[in-house]
Amino acid sequence: MSGEVKAGQDTSRAPSSQRIQQVAAPPDVLQMIGGQITVTIDGTDVKVPMGTTVLEAARQIGIRIPTLCHHPDLCVAGVCRICVVEVEGQRTLQAACAYPITGSLKVKTHTRKVRQARRHILDLLLSTHYGECYSCKRNNNCELQSLAKEYGVDFYRFGHVTESQYPKDESSYSVIRDMDKCILCRRCVRTCIDVQEVGTLEAVGRSNRTRISTFLDKPLAGVVCINCGQCINRCPTGALHANDTSDEVWRAIDDPTKHVVIQTAPSPRAGIGECFGCEPGTPLTFQLNTALRLCGFDKVFDTNFSADLTIIEEGTELLGRLYRALVKQEPAAFPQFTSCSPGWVKYLEHFYPEYIPNLSSAKSPQQMFGAVIKTYYAKTHNIDPKDIVTVALMPCSAKKFECNRPEMAGSGFKDVDYGLTTRELAQMIMEAGIHLPDMPKSGFDDPFGDRTGSGVIFGATGGVMEAALRTVLELVTGRKVEKLFEHANIVPVRGFDGVRYVELPITQVADEVPALIRHVIPTFEFLKGATLKLAVAHGTANAHKVLEDIKAGGKLSECHFIEFMACPGGCIGGGGQPIPTSPEIRAARARAIYAEDMESDVRKSHENPAVARLYSEFFTDGPCGHLAHELLHTHYTARGKHIG
Amino acid sequence: MQPSDSRKTPLTFDTIEPGSGLAAALAKSRADIIGEVSASNLKGRGGAGFPTGTKWNLAAAARVHGEAAKYVICNADEGEPGTFKDRVLLTAYADLVFEGMTIAARAIGATRGLLYLRGEYVYLRPHLEAVLDRRRKAGQLGADILGTPGFEFDIEIRMGAGAYVCGEETALIESLEGHRGEPRNRPPFPVNTGFMGQPTVVNNVETLASVTAIFAKGAAWFRGIGTEKSSGFKLFSVSGDCDAPGVYEFPLGITIAELLERVGGTGAKAVQVGGASGQAVPASQFGRRIAFEDLATGGSIIVFGPGRDMLHVAKNFMEFFVEESCGQCTPCRAGNAKLLEGIERLERGACSSAYLNELVRLCETMQVASKCGLGQSSPNAFLSIVTNFQDEILGRTPADR
Repeated sequence: MSGEVKAGQDTSRAPSSQRIQQVAAPPDVLQMIGGQITVTIDGTDVKVPMGTTVLEAARQIGIRIPTLCHHPDLCVAGVCRICVVEVEGQRTLQAACAYPITGSLKVKTHTRKVRQARRHILDLLLSTHYGECYSCKRNNNCELQSLAKEYGVDFYRFGHVTESQYPKDESSYSVIRDMDKCILCRRCVRTCIDVQEVGTLEAVGRSNRTRISTFLDKPLAGVVCINCGQCINRCPTGALHANDTSDEVWRAIDDPTKHVVIQTAPSPRAGIGECFGCEPGTPLTFQLNTALRLCGFDKVFDTNFSADLTIIEEGTELLGRLYRALVKQEPAAFPQFTSCSPGWVKYLEHFYPEYIPNLSSAKSPQQMFGAVIKTYYAKTHNIDPKDIVTVALMPCSAKKFECNRPEMAGSGFKDVDYGLTTRELAQMIMEAGIHLPDMPKSGFDDPFGDRTGSGVIFGATGGVMEAALRTVLELVTGRKVEKLFEHANIVPVRGFDGVRYVELPITQVADEVPALIRHVIPTFEFLKGATLKLAVAHGTANAHKVLEDIKAGGKLSECHFIEFMACPGGCIGGGGQPIPTSPEIRAARARAIYAEDMESDVRKSHENPAVARLYSEFFTDGPCGHLAHELLHTHYTARGKHIG
Repeated sequence: MQPSDSRKTPLTFDTIEPGSGLAAALAKSRADIIGEVSASNLKGRGGAGFPTGTKWNLAAAARVHGEAAKYVICNADEGEPGTFKDRVLLTAYADLVFEGMTIAARAIGATRGLLYLRGEYVYLRPHLEAVLDRRRKAGQLGADILGTPGFEFDIEIRMGAGAYVCGEETALIESLEGHRGEPRNRPPFPVNTGFMGQPTVVNNVETLASVTAIFAKGAAWFRGIGTEKSSGFKLFSVSGDCDAPGVYEFPLGITIAELLERVGGTGAKAVQVGGASGQAVPASQFGRRIAFEDLATGGSIIVFGPGRDMLHVAKNFMEFFVEESCGQCTPCRAGNAKLLEGIERLERGACSSAYLNELVRLCETMQVASKCGLGQSSPNAFLSIVTNFQDEILGRTPADR
């Protein structure tokens, strides 16, 4: 588990000063000591594997060493120096996070020298950290603030900046940069370069003029940024945060002429409890419904509904492509790529625009829901769509960009007006005086109250693939998917490996194609004996690997369908989720999601009665039909790497 | 271009016949080459004074990762303020430097050498390339060097871009790899994980030239010069308030007083030993020796006459470090700026003794907590001046500026 991101992490583009360290030792020594070394930390012995850092060893025996630049998802930097410790025999203090144990050591973690150094380092960081804690998004959730408290900082030993040094960059729909609060730990740089392989952010300038900046210091909206917000999740301070639209949402709620509806995605529901002191992986789905109604939202819908809709549209599209390619011998782009992760979509538009035809044209669940609300819902409930405000609770910062894409308004109205992150909605709930975990449970509103477990698991890497397979396999083979996989849990596509490849042979096919999709694919006969080749990738560094393999004609180029999610772990690790993040926290959130799936009465998208009703009443020409294309599908923009 | 003009004493290097050192080395086994270097007690001439034989031994024992090879890098990023002796060596004794690299390559099993040349020395590049060409033609570089079967080695010149920190060996390697010049975490050390992740020896220009001299004349000869712990002779770049600034050769262990006598600097108020990152030694301590066991230096000697304002001297050095810190680690990035700010307060007479004491403690933090030698040594000048010239720098008023 702990190797989750690192497994998929190629640090070749990062400075080698920031790469995972290679520790060389003569093999005989290793054998002699069985690869284990005993070190003494503050007088306590601990046996650790060769190459373990002093920090890791100390944590194993419950000794706390403070850190700022260190992060469990990232390679070593050793730049903030707050974690310095005394190593016997060394003239200088050593950074515990960067010091690999290759021999017997005696370490002391809080001598006078160490305490003085840490205090000085904190004081130096505070001397250039502009801004007051009480007017900061990260108040009470800031690692610098916590350390200042831990080390009893009660005055600014080396002074304090009293004027802003940098203009805020508020150009992006998704990520706001406030460099006045930056402490130059470079977690964002390592995230962007190593975890995501996007490389938007880098340190420029030197000495005390060093700052984190973009290409030619351009605003974030004017450079290659995929809006994934992973930098936000790892920032120790308030230097990075999402572009908050909660004020606009409050205004809409306050406006009696507006009908404000909110859809909530599964991942925020598995994460939002963390903002209220709950353990990671505490699902508060139904408590949240109550809280949202108390906040003043007129309707509370479940994004799972439109996730199911996405599966029908995207699955139909896949079957249609297969039929076109294999039966009609017409050109069709393979592998088909999922398109529900807006960070991934923008990554592809920037770095691999030539593969845009491979992207499913289906909109993401967020956008589909918005489109359905402003058309079908507006019509059936007799509300003028101009008076409807659609809000989406998402684990994601890129969703903010997505809902502002000009093409996302097929009905003539913006599909989704505001995307809120988990953190922002938690803030609104707090502001309303509500303690979320104490809320009674309540259900979702009709007419989209029906939901399936397939929609829930969209939140975890492999979830979209699993949901799609539950439907596609059942339709194509004519057999209950439970007969193929125990409890319909398609375990091979689950997990946290960076890239996962699965083959599923289709040994039998259904005699008849369900009426709903017969207009796209009249028969399944051609699929008999075929082997479905599938892959899943999460984190754009892994997407990069997959696309390079496809480009080189490797194994993955033979895939039929590939799920991509921009964020490590999928949406549960999204850029709008509560801070902090770590492999363990993401795993806990994933467990909550899979548990909610198991508890669902209906677990397959095509069995969602509300979806069936939507097709019979509204999208009457079926999935991928004319109206569906207008409202539920979209197109993409070849952006390339050079933008104005 | 006659930098040889700056030579003020005859240099031992004049007496070394190019080619003789390499030939002597190639007659030995690899282990014996390293043994000879160790026996000479040669220590790094860049200033840090790490035993060269030990460094080579570690690199020779290190395992190559994958299929690539080991590297020898000559650190010719001579950037310490007041240092200009490597320029003389590269100009007049380039053969000895390249020969030292070739001997190092033989010793550790490297096939590629890189000379990282200070950006400002770009004018030396054609000359150095010509020397390399000549050596290739003479069979002193390339395949089967001087008829030694299987010994292949060649040298490439790469330019620095003017950053002081790139003289730090791991920052130099980062720069060579095309990254920002920023020091790496150590360990792992370059002898295990250096250029392109491979075992790498990084030696100073003078160290490598001295290696050649040692093989030409023998380790015993070298060890006979200097002190017990600091063997051999050393080049000094002497500047400042003296009659004859220039490049001098002295045996290690020379006292400051003796040195001042030779350069015409008697009557000096202080001598900065080791450049900006070294320390200001007051006249009362001129009996101290320039040697690794007392005052270590890469060769920079700056003489301050009686008229010099030591606060101004400290400010000059701190301005340099505020300019040249790479900005990576907190103590160096922010600490140097705070020290400079403190000097400006002293100038105004606005620095309380309590705050000055706090800055002295900050110096200690910087010395022990900075990531690399730059931040660890940048407070030295400030500290030595605050300690040794307290009367001079305290009690100023704005009018004194």
